[in-house]
Amino acid sequence: MMKLFTTTALLAALAMPALAVQPAEGEKLAQNQTYTYWLLDAIKSLDPAKNTDVEGSDVLRSLFEGLMNEDAKGAMIPGVAESFEESDDKLTYTFRLRDAKWSNGDPVTAGDFVYAWRRVVDPETASEYAWFMELMNIVNATEIVKGEKSPEELGVKAIDDKTLEVTLTTPTPYFIKTLSHATTYPVPQKVIEAEGDNWTQPGKLVGNGAFVLESHNLGVDITLKKNPDYWDAENVLMETVKGVTVNDNNVALTRYQAGELDRVQIPAGQYPRLKQEYPDQATSIPYACSYAYIYNVSEKGPEALKDVRVRRALSLAINRDIIVDNVLQGGQRPATTWTHWAIEGFEQPETELATLSQQEKTAKAKELLAEAGYGPDNPLNLTLQYNTDESHKKLAIAVQQFWKPLGVNVTLNNVEWKVHTDRLQNQDFDVARYAWCGDYNEASTFLDWFRTDGYNSGKWSNAEYDKLMADSKTAEDTTPLYKRAEEILAEEVPAAFVYHYAKVDMISPRIKGLPTENVLNTWYAKDLYRLAD
Amino acid sequence: MFAYIMRRLAVAIPTLLLLIVFSFVLMHMAPGGPFTQERALPPQVIANLNAKYGLDQPLWRQIASYLWGIVANFDFGPSFVYPDRTVNQLIAAGFPVTLTYGTLSFIAAVVVGVGLGVVAAIWHNGFLDYLAVGISIGAQVLPNFVMAPILVLVFTLWYRMLPGGGWSFEDPSYWIMPVIALGTSYMASIARITRSSMLEVLGSNHIRTARAKGMPEHRVILRHALKPALLPVISYLGPVFVSMITGSVVIDVYFSTGGIGKAFVDSALNRDYAVMMGVTILVGALTILFNLVVDILYAWIDPKIRY
Repeated sequence: MMKLFTTTALLAALAMPALAVQPAEGEKLAQNQTYTYWLLDAIKSLDPAKNTDVEGSDVLRSLFEGLMNEDAKGAMIPGVAESFEESDDKLTYTFRLRDAKWSNGDPVTAGDFVYAWRRVVDPETASEYAWFMELMNIVNATEIVKGEKSPEELGVKAIDDKTLEVTLTTPTPYFIKTLSHATTYPVPQKVIEAEGDNWTQPGKLVGNGAFVLESHNLGVDITLKKNPDYWDAENVLMETVKGVTVNDNNVALTRYQAGELDRVQIPAGQYPRLKQEYPDQATSIPYACSYAYIYNVSEKGPEALKDVRVRRALSLAINRDIIVDNVLQGGQRPATTWTHWAIEGFEQPETELATLSQQEKTAKAKELLAEAGYGPDNPLNLTLQYNTDESHKKLAIAVQQFWKPLGVNVTLNNVEWKVHTDRLQNQDFDVARYAWCGDYNEASTFLDWFRTDGYNSGKWSNAEYDKLMADSKTAEDTTPLYKRAEEILAEEVPAAFVYHYAKVDMISPRIKGLPTENVLNTWYAKDLYRLAD
Repeated sequence: MFAYIMRRLAVAIPTLLLLIVFSFVLMHMAPGGPFTQERALPPQVIANLNAKYGLDQPLWRQIASYLWGIVANFDFGPSFVYPDRTVNQLIAAGFPVTLTYGTLSFIAAVVVGVGLGVVAAIWHNGFLDYLAVGISIGAQVLPNFVMAPILVLVFTLWYRMLPGGGWSFEDPSYWIMPVIALGTSYMASIARITRSSMLEVLGSNHIRTARAKGMPEHRVILRHALKPALLPVISYLGPVFVSMITGSVVIDVYFSTGGIGKAFVDSALNRDYAVMMGVTILVGALTILFNLVVDILYAWIDPKIRY
């Protein structure tokens, strides 16, 4: 039902012109339309095929425009595509492109998309996000990445300058939702061929977005200026967008308070105080990431964790309310599912984690662990691995305390990030901290992780789960399938889900147009405007 | 002297070579690689990346082609983590920043440090001595990662006098806080070394003789005491200068200068092999160079030293 509704909403949106966010009546605009926001670190790449970061995507969204954009709630609205048609077998999509221009005056054509997408899968490019084209299920994407076929064989074709045809290997319910992702943006073939890897430098970079690149000092700042050639430029109010790197979050907050920044993340633990002091600025909005402790159930993992009773007990014993209310304190929510609660069309099942009180959960945990043969007399020894970070450490210490009364001796193992990921991918751990962020606003972006052939660092495997996820790709209504999949995760407990993220920020009350209901926190600088002081 | 310098430079080449090989091997021994990330990449994607950057070659081949690139084209390779940039571009962008604030900071630390040390030694056990010692102890115990946020709080938030971070070669207001935060503890060390060495020299025979001759005190201090007293300071300054101009991760992090100090630490954490090697070579070469400069200065200050 939900699926049907989404599709209808989409078609309706496509029938209308794209709606830009506009100031409400009575709002007085500032003379100086500038938005300055905080970046934790350097922007690693401005090449849509090579970018891998959220922060990079935020900039690329202004410099380029894909077939689709997102509105303030995360629903898909037309970007370069004016409209599209889906074939009856759901395997072919035909996009009609609008009259749009590159910032050098050239028209944006279907061929630009074909070039860009082939470039992403081309082994020569060695894009770290080549897998995204595989995720989109575009014909031959996997074979091309493997080097078995040539990039020209990718299932994307320019019928004419204004018509783009994409063919998929299998019906993909979320396909349209992937089209606002930076990896799918068109890129200027002429410029790339002329400049090579240097094409993303200021003065050289040519884009089709609402902004152009003014300057980029790596690790210091990046400045974008409004692009007068953008097809919807008349509805863009913001003139300058500036990302400022401040590597220390606390210093960034000080600089926000000094008026140097319009938006900054709130350092861990400071949200309650700031909310009280600045109720109009401190915000917490749901953000599509989930935090978990993954159990290693592979050959290389500890014997005890192969027993589902042990896994359940450990999960039940974690007091998520304490973690959320006393440790994180930023409007995060206790996790009873892997999928983030705010994902569109997702219904949380009534699992024991969701229904029992913590007292009941702890009692149940003791019982289960005793059944499995562990207790204070016969303690279970486990290592909990996490990567170096203050808040991961706090959580790990809390969990160590929650598990202690059950007779579980936890050794905390703090390792550097690369070592952590390396061990995760090689099943060289007992229990490990993990977090996953959604790529698109649909539950499969989370649930695919636990498929036997998913990322699935703990190597848990369940035939019914795999079948559900396979079926969901072609199902009319995916909601019951995803709900059932979460029920299996609750029964089998391949990981202890801990909390669902929130984005906790200070936002200047002068800045309007930032989305507060988009769970992927996808924002477009073209939708922003600044109010007068 | 010339022969000595040539000899030292000749030894520098194998030293650098050893440094390169050693760091290269150590770096590759660390678990994980530049493309290890939370979202495990499909094996074919990793294979493509490794092929592109030559990481699928045996280690000795990688070292050889890396060295050849440097010798033949002065090419330090591409960055794995910043795919739009080469190592040369990254160093060319970051090193001038660090060199600027590092040099200024060094000059400030030497001038103030030596001044404080001399004042403290002359008025030994007097009020000025206690004041100078007090200042330098205070400066020493206040680490720069504490001082940096305090500076931002005071000068950016409270007084709104200075930008809270970032970098501009045109606008010196961006330089002030990094210079203070970096130089303070070095200044304190220089002051302490100068003071104790000065005290020792002031108690020596040739100073007593000079005073007995009726030489004016300022000439005794400046001409006869200061020069030998500075010898230990200078041997301390050589490595300090290199470490200051090649950056401090603390300064780069708190003031977001875009300097080379943070790039170095990041490259190690990110396993950005080429950037890490590039900065290592830069730091190594500068260290060798300035150790030589110090030795030459020694000979110039102290005529007893001969090479």
